[in-house]
Amino acid sequence: MIFGFEPVLLVPLLAAGMLALVANYRISARLNMLASLIAFLAALRMLWFRPTTGAYLFVDDLNIVFIVLGTFVGFTTSAFSASYINHELTTGKLTPVYLRFYHAMYQLMMFGMNLALMANNIGLMWVALELATLTTVLMVGIYRTPAAIEAAWKYFILGSVGIALALFGTILVYMAARTVLGEGVDAMVWTALVAAAPRFDPSLLNLAFVFLLIGYGTKIGLAPLHAWLPDAHAEGPTPISAVLSGLLLNVALYALLRFKILLAANPGALAPGPLMIGLGLLSVIFAAFMLYRRRDIKRLFAYSSIEHMGIMVFAFGMAGPLGNFAGLLQMTMHSLTKSAIFFTVGHIAQVKGSQRLADIGGLTTTHPLLGWGLVAGVAAIAGLPPFGIFMSEFLVLSSTFARSPILALLLGLGLLVAFGALLHRLNGIAFGAPRGPVGPVEASTIPLFVHLALVLIAGFYLPPPVVAWFEHVARMLG
Amino acid sequence: MHSLAFDVAHMLAGLLVLVSFMMLYQDRLNSLITVLALHASVLGVSVAWQAWSQGEPHLYITAVLAIGFKAIVIPMALRRIIVQLGIHREIEAVGGIGLTMLAGIFLVALSLQVVLPVTTGADPVAREDIALALSVVLLGLLMMVTRRNAVSQVVGFMSLENGIVFAATGARGMPLVVEISVAFSILIAFIVVGIFLFRIRERFDTVDIQALDRFRGERR
Repeated sequence: MIFGFEPVLLVPLLAAGMLALVANYRISARLNMLASLIAFLAALRMLWFRPTTGAYLFVDDLNIVFIVLGTFVGFTTSAFSASYINHELTTGKLTPVYLRFYHAMYQLMMFGMNLALMANNIGLMWVALELATLTTVLMVGIYRTPAAIEAAWKYFILGSVGIALALFGTILVYMAARTVLGEGVDAMVWTALVAAAPRFDPSLLNLAFVFLLIGYGTKIGLAPLHAWLPDAHAEGPTPISAVLSGLLLNVALYALLRFKILLAANPGALAPGPLMIGLGLLSVIFAAFMLYRRRDIKRLFAYSSIEHMGIMVFAFGMAGPLGNFAGLLQMTMHSLTKSAIFFTVGHIAQVKGSQRLADIGGLTTTHPLLGWGLVAGVAAIAGLPPFGIFMSEFLVLSSTFARSPILALLLGLGLLVAFGALLHRLNGIAFGAPRGPVGPVEASTIPLFVHLALVLIAGFYLPPPVVAWFEHVARMLG
Repeated sequence: MHSLAFDVAHMLAGLLVLVSFMMLYQDRLNSLITVLALHASVLGVSVAWQAWSQGEPHLYITAVLAIGFKAIVIPMALRRIIVQLGIHREIEAVGGIGLTMLAGIFLVALSLQVVLPVTTGADPVAREDIALALSVVLLGLLMMVTRRNAVSQVVGFMSLENGIVFAATGARGMPLVVEISVAFSILIAFIVVGIFLFRIRERFDTVDIQALDRFRGERR
């Protein structure tokens, strides 16, 4: 079918090329938004007009969820970025030349992520994820302060090692497939792999999965491998923190899920569940306690991302229709909420001229819109009732409790500790006497409130087609 | 049944592991880079041998890339960086060299122990290649862990990548896509590293009045 995959991939790629040439930053910010919007609409279109599966690209019920969510957050973040960069230019933190580079990299990253999500070839998926990583590395370091360079270097080294190990795992999967599917391209095509997976050598698959879990797990930010994540979130421009948390972590999670399906299809292979549950639980508990000791507002929410990725990996590790459903819902809600939080945090840090928690206080009185937006966002991310995350966390907990009460207790402990830490910090930021500069800020709050409204609506009412879709995908994940 | 093709492939794989060990005990940056060039050359010869013995001419591209790019261009560029940055020529390793070597031996034993039992179904060349490639990957990681200097971390990372390319070429008939992409990713990665290194110099090495002047110039 014509216009199948192409718009979602070609629009960001062409836009990246164009943005590299446009010198006027106002035009390029608009162009960035326009390209992201077109990519989002093209992704929506794929819901109804499913392109035919090829040897390199495909769209199925699982990845379309990630693509639509990703392009949507990509679009709203580009709108936030347009108002954010204005301020960065006037304060001289970024120069127009860097901004040109920034916009081109933004679209290149969107291209990489969409390609990784739509790849039907496990080699291609790896390449695309590597591309997305490299572009974000460059954007993290864009402020060129010693801290930003240090963060980008750390991200680059840890990300590269992770992704190198993932490639090793990919090669092992190919070796397992080769004896069944024969040599050549076929043995790397995912749809062919999953059909033939029951006949693969289980021990090779096991070894491959360990590498893939460590490799892609580094990109997800799972606990012992998370060291790059807080630095990368804190030192880069805030729109990049929003897409890192809202998109890139999801893409890595998606890659891991693909291989989990492969493993689950093979009866002799080890169950991927316990490994994922263990790493997920470790991330939740570790991040929950780390939340207490944070002094930087962006680092605070970066650790909260580690916690939430841990919950998702835990839920997908528990598997079963309910666990997978909860994991998918958690992922969607977290992407929307966390990017909304970073939208407010970006403007707050601009007003205060600092990211230190000690410099920020009493926001609800000085900046009601931003302050209450942040209150709503943090309430949502901490898992308070009217919001969607409450529902997904409740689902994870209750489905776990039915099968393994001890795991549910441990997870519940992590959630409660994180909840306490977040509310404690929120109290200092949003209420009390104002601290730091209180000047006005030129902020676009539309993306923020669109996200929060979606999360709020999802907490009250999930449309039946969405529920049916998620249930279907949950069954697919096994 | 051990043919000549098998024996040579095996010898080259062993040689690659040996060169990885040689990297571990280098205490000067220049000699470390020389060993990196040697590492990439051994990889190139080994890939070329696979190309010939498997009858897969496209692997020659990977071999040429390994020798031309990784054994010649990158070491030259790294040497330039060292000279331009004027960074320490001596490398401080975390822990002693003896300890690192022991850890390396342990890692090789570990990878043989992990890979050989699970790959009994695969053909012997690929099987032992994978085991030795894993050793090279782990030794590269060890190198990155034990060195603090940015340049030697990059060298460690490149030897790790060499191990992975070696594994990819050892797996018969693996699509070309991956090999080229690996080469490209190394290229991109290296550009990134280059940019970073120069930025690092700009920010850290010129803590003098000139830097302040430039800063004010930007603000004007």
